[in-house]
Amino acid sequence: MSLTGLSKISSPSPRAPRPTLRGRLLQLAERATSPLLPADYLDLFDPLRPGADLRGRIVEVHPETADAATVVIRPGADWAGHVPGQYVRIGVDVDGVRQWRAYSLTHGPRADGNISITVKAVPDGLVSTHLVRGSRPGTLVHLEQAQGEFVLPTGGGKFLFVTAGSGVTPVIGMLRNLFPVADSGVVRLPRATAYDIVVVHVAPSEPHSIFIDNLRALDAAGLIRLVARYDDEHGVLDVDDLETLVPDLDERATLACGPGGLLDALQAHHDSRGLALLTEQFRASTLVVGEGGTVAFTGSGTTVDADGATPILDAAEAAGVLMPSGCRMGICFGCVLPLREGAVRDLRTGEVTTATPGETEGRGVPVQTCISAAAGACVIDH
Amino acid sequence: MTVLQKKTHNPIGHLTPEDIEQIGVELDAIRQSVIDTRGAADAAYIRKVIATQRKLELGSRAVLLVSMFPPAWVVGTAGLAVAKIIENMEIGHNVMHGQWDWMRDPKIHSTTWEWDNASPSEQWKHSHNELHHTYTNVIGKDNDLGYGIMRVDEDQRWVPLYAAQPLWNFVNACFFEYGIAAYDLELGKNLATKERRQDPDFRARATVTLKKIRNQMTKDYVIHPLLSGPSFLSTLGANATANLIRNLWTHSVIMCGHFPEGVETFERRSIVGETRGEWYLRQMLGSANISGSKAMHFMTGNLSFQIEHHLFPDLPSNRYQEIAPQVQDLFRRYGLTYTTGSLPRQVASAWKKVFRLSLPNGALRRGRGATVTDLPTAPAREHAAA
Ligand code: FES
Repeated sequence: MSLTGLSKISSPSPRAPRPTLRGRLLQLAERATSPLLPADYLDLFDPLRPGADLRGRIVEVHPETADAATVVIRPGADWAGHVPGQYVRIGVDVDGVRQWRAYSLTHGPRADGNISITVKAVPDGLVSTHLVRGSRPGTLVHLEQAQGEFVLPTGGGKFLFVTAGSGVTPVIGMLRNLFPVADSGVVRLPRATAYDIVVVHVAPSEPHSIFIDNLRALDAAGLIRLVARYDDEHGVLDVDDLETLVPDLDERATLACGPGGLLDALQAHHDSRGLALLTEQFRASTLVVGEGGTVAFTGSGTTVDADGATPILDAAEAAGVLMPSGCRMGICFGCVLPLREGAVRDLRTGEVTTATPGETEGRGVPVQTCISAAAGACVIDH
Repeated sequence: MTVLQKKTHNPIGHLTPEDIEQIGVELDAIRQSVIDTRGAADAAYIRKVIATQRKLELGSRAVLLVSMFPPAWVVGTAGLAVAKIIENMEIGHNVMHGQWDWMRDPKIHSTTWEWDNASPSEQWKHSHNELHHTYTNVIGKDNDLGYGIMRVDEDQRWVPLYAAQPLWNFVNACFFEYGIAAYDLELGKNLATKERRQDPDFRARATVTLKKIRNQMTKDYVIHPLLSGPSFLSTLGANATANLIRNLWTHSVIMCGHFPEGVETFERRSIVGETRGEWYLRQMLGSANISGSKAMHFMTGNLSFQIEHHLFPDLPSNRYQEIAPQVQDLFRRYGLTYTTGSLPRQVASAWKKVFRLSLPNGALRRGRGATVTDLPTAPAREHAAA
């Protein structure tokens, strides 16, 4: 280190680092493909190669229940791996339109290098319905690296998992990693002996429980204790009943995944008892689509009240926001800005476009502000 | 008033304001029918076109590595010319119109696309999408009309300079991509005074354009010829030829869109207070189609459906063909002329007009036209006032 420091001081004019051969070749390739990039051509032949945007190819879709399926994906070469419990954001084209959603990875790292997500088709769920019923092996999907803090602490201990509906998926990922299933049955790995796990799984009714067979098998093998609660049979779970269902609740750390209402109730319950709780919730609160609303601009910090008949462009300009524009009639696309969050209505067709944080690519869904009116509260990246 | 070329009658004089609004309603319904059925098949179409175009370009450039062999030169040049035409027309032009923005694919989006042409996308989008498509055929507002160097209408005062406009037009055709870049920069206007020349905004835009041109030239006239080694000169010639073919072709197609006889031009005043129906009507009267084979439509980037494109500039180009019969039927029902003709006919017609207008009015009087003064009053303005 001191040597480099010395040479730096003594050299009268530090030269720019010499370009490497690789760097030069890259530059040459860029010159040869301008205005595109070499990657635009390489993608034609190998979209999963190292250095490409992260993508994956669906290799298998197998049904879990009547309305849920596991989708196995071969990720691109740059996939960095994941920790069980983490989720992945995946972009799929539904009716030709790119949609992004987050799904838990439902397994530990697999020997074949593939990843899998388990999806439950929810009513009106554009992407989940498409994945369960419409996705085909061979389809290319877009990925981001795995993310999420909702992972099983290493080193063992006593845990309670509370899962509701498809909230079971990240937990299944953790459990499968601990207790792999082989042809001969569930394998008991040495590292798994340090864990004592109870799973309280809640679902509307029995047949809708994804992975319930997995959980039952683990329970039967004595690896976990399963408490299955079905709303139609046992009534909706009251968090105060947890003490009865899990007598040693106080000794356990809880990991919960499910809808916001359940998580809030659990949080209050655990806080009052001073118990540790780690939660994960996927779905952002549902978007309210209405007539007009506030439009917030992230750059200027301005918030504008716009009615349902005024183009956002006009409303913003009236409030002094500098807006890009052109024809002001929906044909030139000179006014396009990313809608980060919220809903807008096309004043020509009445079509509503929505953006939910985490479900779009980049800064948001691009919308034409000159023909879009607010359909509820909106956040525009500008 | 709307200036009508060589016509003794007003082509829309028979329409009531209600008719015009009804035309708007019917066109909106056609547009909606496409939007309702836009989906995976359309997305697959544009992706396939892009993939095929890129493979064709790669293949052609690979063949040109040995361009000193004449068959390789011919095949490679033809392939590259076709690839460049597809890239500019069916892909670039249409993507930059936002026709594929609905897919939300950041790689095929009007805000990110950069095309294989001298003019940077950003500037082209402004002059084309915003000025040309909004002010279609409005003299003095739509730069596509004569690109500021030509006389396109009897009402424009004749000056001797226009006598050479057939030559300008030919030179512009050969170097069309630079012509486009020049008028996207509004070079004529911006170089005129010292103040404009030094305008920082103009300078910044000019820098971007020069950089784009340098990159384009480096690619076609330095890098690929160098990669061809001993075939350096013949590859350089091949690339220049491919660019020339592309320029001539795109210029011809674009001239056919708004220049043949039968296409109306409009005065600046006539579009004040235009309704949606009137806007549609101006697009209908200000555009001309080209009839021909499927391959011809594809190679024009479906600009052979210029009328449909001008009515619905943001609908995917692959759908123009299917709505054309409905649009044509609407023209018929409302007694309007759907201007169309084969490519050679329309090119000849446009060139004829270039020659005719290079001379003062009446110099080539053939007895079938009206003089400018007895032309009817602008229909669009009449209705706007009504
Ligand atoms: S300003 Fe032209 S599309 Fe919005």
